[in-house]
Amino acid sequence: MKKKGWLLMLASVMVLTLVLSGCGAKNKETDPATGGSAPKSDLKVGLVTDLGSVNDKSFNQSAWEGLQKLRDEKGVSVKYMEPKKDAEIIPNLNQFVKGGYDLTWATGFTMMDPVKQIAGENPNAKLAIIDAEVQAPNVASVLFQEHEGSFLVGVIAGLTTKTNKLGFVGGLELPVIKRFEVGFRAGVEAVNPEAAKNLKVIYTADFSRVDKGKSAASTIYEGGADIIFHASGMTGNGVFNEAKERKQRGENVWVIGVDMDQSLTFGDEITLTSMIKRVDNAVIEISKQLEGDKFPAGKTTYMGLKEKGVDIAPTSTKNVAPEVLEKVEEYRTKIINGEIKVPSE
Amino acid sequence: MAKLKSLMNVFRQESIWISIISIFLGLLIGAIVMLIGGYEPILAYQSMIEKIVGNPYDIGETIRSIMPLILTGLAVAVAFRGGMFNIGVEGQIVMGSIGALFVGYFLDLPPVLHAIVAIVVGAIFGGLWGMLVAWLKTSRGINEVVTCIMLNWSALYISHIVVRMFMMEEGTARSKLIQDSASIEIPFLIQWFDGARIHWGFIITMLLLVGYSFYMNKTKWGYELRAVGSSKHAAHYAGISVNKTIHRTFFISGMMGGLVGTFEILGVFKYLAIAPTTSGLGFDGIAVALLGMNTAIGILLAAALFGALMYGSQGMSFGADVPGEVIRMVVSIIIFFAAAPGMLRVLFKLRRSTRRKEVSARGNDSVSH
Repeated sequence: MKKKGWLLMLASVMVLTLVLSGCGAKNKETDPATGGSAPKSDLKVGLVTDLGSVNDKSFNQSAWEGLQKLRDEKGVSVKYMEPKKDAEIIPNLNQFVKGGYDLTWATGFTMMDPVKQIAGENPNAKLAIIDAEVQAPNVASVLFQEHEGSFLVGVIAGLTTKTNKLGFVGGLELPVIKRFEVGFRAGVEAVNPEAAKNLKVIYTADFSRVDKGKSAASTIYEGGADIIFHASGMTGNGVFNEAKERKQRGENVWVIGVDMDQSLTFGDEITLTSMIKRVDNAVIEISKQLEGDKFPAGKTTYMGLKEKGVDIAPTSTKNVAPEVLEKVEEYRTKIINGEIKVPSE
Repeated sequence: MAKLKSLMNVFRQESIWISIISIFLGLLIGAIVMLIGGYEPILAYQSMIEKIVGNPYDIGETIRSIMPLILTGLAVAVAFRGGMFNIGVEGQIVMGSIGALFVGYFLDLPPVLHAIVAIVVGAIFGGLWGMLVAWLKTSRGINEVVTCIMLNWSALYISHIVVRMFMMEEGTARSKLIQDSASIEIPFLIQWFDGARIHWGFIITMLLLVGYSFYMNKTKWGYELRAVGSSKHAAHYAGISVNKTIHRTFFISGMMGGLVGTFEILGVFKYLAIAPTTSGLGFDGIAVALLGMNTAIGILLAAALFGALMYGSQGMSFGADVPGEVIRMVVSIIIFFAAAPGMLRVLFKLRRSTRRKEVSARGNDSVSH
């Protein structure tokens, strides 16, 4: 009898599955006109993240938010894929390219080789890449002038530090991460040469290991620094953890966030400011150019302070003194005017 | 007729049913979770199957993702049969790719020969890395699980050092490309599969699968290996050199792992990236060996299942917006049930066993009283 009971239960679960799936949730991401009044567009835009996720609270997320805005504004169909292994990157790009998408975005430096390959194999497809430059007639590259934004947070750090010691935690030592460090150093140097001399730099060789970020932050704070600027993706979460623990013990330490306004995630009691990269703006602007054949294929778009590609977080007013922010604005104008040329390597 | 009968007999074996029921339960629970999460399981599985066999490109890529799983499954199974647990396939993969990369980048050899040398060197690199574990086990008595896991990370960081020191491509996080003469791509098959990355590793993998069965069942070394696996002391008493067998087994196991890395370098990527973690293929191999019950045919089927599921999960997220994690969960449930057959027995054969107990209890009564 008991065996029969089991079979019955399995069967009923199966039936339930069949019935319920009929009224399951509709495809959330593909249906642009959920409100019914949104404008319609035939364009389809895809996004392949690097080996992170669209919820990384960093540039993958920012790119996806850009596409979502595009969907709401223009009615474009958008969709993302998250490769979990290196070997899946090319099939994921192909899913969009061979699936007839009008534009396929790839976020991240590590996507450079796959994008180059796919672009060569599919000369009619359009691709766009962030944080890397791909020389191909059908690829639009977007590079951010991270050094310009980092210069500004460098100014903030240099004027805010009490101990005259600062730290920088980087992920892999790539050209793009190097730009953060160099720009930051230049910014500190401009307002506080002594602190620039005492800038401790650690590369964790990893973008996804919270523990490494925590131990790097611990080393730097232990050395007397009171502000750390991180450019290390998920690894940076460890920097925030360490700062939070120290703050609770009464130490006056700060973290400068990166890519998005990280005070929203980690709280503004430890987040001094953030160097934000408006990946979403770049994604929206370039995707929009698909209409009317203005798509910048084969070109590299530079997004700096002038183009509003990089900036300090709008919530900076909470923790940064007004006179420091005045100084920041001063330097911003100088950089945009070209009076100051921020080094990038 | 006799063959058919023996085939039918296979299905009478309990172990086969345990595998089949595990797979079924895994997919079912996956569907229930999807329902709870507000996704459509039928659409999800449909788009998964479409992704696996929908067009030549996807079929080719599915085959490509199955291949390394067969090899890592074999690597784990060889050690399992000898009573050892090779959880260090990950590291052996990395060492294999270092070996293949060195040959592929630095040596100048004619096309076919170059690839062959690279494959042999890659396999030996992996084999020696595996043997290091065996040596630590036999000479120092260190449990292989501990050394394996530690050596996985060592291998990974050695790969970082090697790439950075000798063949870093400027401005990237990877090594320079191997020379074309070392490539093991099969151009006509790639074209046939619409660009999917098919390579000669496929043929070698199939040969190794047959070779594994032969080695285990028909050779003296295979017999010794199984004897050591059943009982070290009995094997020793029977005059088998236990230490030698352990070394040999780990060398073979490591070679399989090394070949995975070699094929990935020569046939798929052409370069070695500075990756923050190892590929995970070696750990998947444990699941493959477990579900495949360490037999050649079982490993082939299990690898095909897991490889197809994992590749197909991308289709699931594309077609039904189901996160790829659901498939990882399905796979883990399958492994869970396959690894705990007792639980399934309890679920499905409760009645038979209770009756048997009643009978035996009655029987006991008459004897003891």
